[in-house]
Amino acid sequence: MGWLAESLNSSIGKKFIMAVTGLSLISFLLIHLIGNFTLYGGPEAFNGYVETLEIVKPVIRVIELVLALIFILHIFNGIKLWYENKKARPDTYAVDSKKENTTFSSRTMIISGSIVFIFLVLHLATFWVAFNFSGDTHEKAMVYYSVVLEWFQEGWYAGFYVIAVLLLGFHLNHGFQSAFQTFGWNHKKYFPFIKKLGTIYAILMAVGFASIPIYFFINGGN
Amino acid sequence: MSAGNINLKLKIWRQSGMRAVGAFADYQISVSPDSSILEMLDDLNNDLEKQGKDPVVFESDCREGICGTCGLVINGHPHGPKPKIATCQLHMRHFNEGDTVWIEPFRAKAFPVIKDLMVDREGFDKIMHAGGYVSINTGGVPDANEIPIPKDVASTAMDAAECIGCGACVAACKNASAMLFVSAKVSQYSVLPQGQPEKYERVQKMVKVMDELGFGSCTNTYACEAECPKGISVKNIARLNRDFIMSKIKSNTTEIEV
Repeated sequence: MGWLAESLNSSIGKKFIMAVTGLSLISFLLIHLIGNFTLYGGPEAFNGYVETLEIVKPVIRVIELVLALIFILHIFNGIKLWYENKKARPDTYAVDSKKENTTFSSRTMIISGSIVFIFLVLHLATFWVAFNFSGDTHEKAMVYYSVVLEWFQEGWYAGFYVIAVLLLGFHLNHGFQSAFQTFGWNHKKYFPFIKKLGTIYAILMAVGFASIPIYFFINGGN
Repeated sequence: MSAGNINLKLKIWRQSGMRAVGAFADYQISVSPDSSILEMLDDLNNDLEKQGKDPVVFESDCREGICGTCGLVINGHPHGPKPKIATCQLHMRHFNEGDTVWIEPFRAKAFPVIKDLMVDREGFDKIMHAGGYVSINTGGVPDANEIPIPKDVASTAMDAAECIGCGACVAACKNASAMLFVSAKVSQYSVLPQGQPEKYERVQKMVKVMDELGFGSCTNTYACEAECPKGISVKNIARLNRDFIMSKIKSNTTEIEV
């Protein structure tokens, strides 16, 4: 093994990959959410936004490819770490104090992550596929908004969407500060701020994303 | 049975050997509130021996919280529910009449149970052998303050050096990660001028051995810091991460030989 592969395969190396990919995905979420907010502007605003993205499609494709790679690295490494860590601690305690010395978010990363992953697959299968591969550009023009509207009228879909983004909030609450700790940026002066910022960011993301299906489910787009 | 004693129900992990299957055994005991939990186990063992039964195996040495030999998981907490003390410093006055006390060994794949409550913590020695030292040839006694070290730097190093290597961090971690221990042992040298020549070599070697021994990786839950009898800060883990990443980027070594 080369030194780089060996470094990234070490326990700290794998954590480093989780942190770098995690922070990249955290930044992507913000851009995604800002884009989604155009839904509140009605069909014209949202369709106009998607049309703008259509114009720069080659660039979007490259970004999608990079994103896919980041997602795969984050998910693959996360599962690998979870499995290895299970093996490192095969026996459990009869009395466990984990509720007293750790946060709920930090203990449930694999669960919140897995459910968000299932959501991601469903999310891509419904919206991404519909936006990209349904008929030619002329036919599907201006129908993006109605696709979203239709899905959010489905109770189970809107419900699962809300649950998934709430769990994403818990995932971010731990992940945000955890990434900085992994980079070694735990400083007396700045780290308490980073922790608070992470929690605020997690709440903003969860509430922001969840508000959209709730709005459309209740309002029916009117 | 003397006056003022409290009656406790003990649930103690009994395991006859490394490959044996263990289970909890129940004991009733009347104990003075002034005795430590280890003294209570001594009392129990005296009784067991009188009855011709196998005494409970547990480790202890200094019994004043500085050697790191004793280490039991008491009611789910390594070194018991009181913060910043070792097992030997836990007194029975913190328990109430009729309480059930669960006593378990540290649990980690890298810390196999030898017998009952005694675990093999040789892994920590192996990590120390890999790089937990400074290679300075001894000669005459150096002058005091020959190398100026700012007070806060010295304090950081001393705070890290407080680690007694008991293994409670591994026991507390859901991943059985040894990061808090290794980070303390790396930090106590890496912040001082004397530790600089081997800074990058040390961190790479110690982490390599840590990984090989089957300790888990850190997921930043910070259970270790909460349970550490010496209150070692997870800031040391951040420093370990930083030193490790920088060592991989900056050092000339491509192969780590331990």
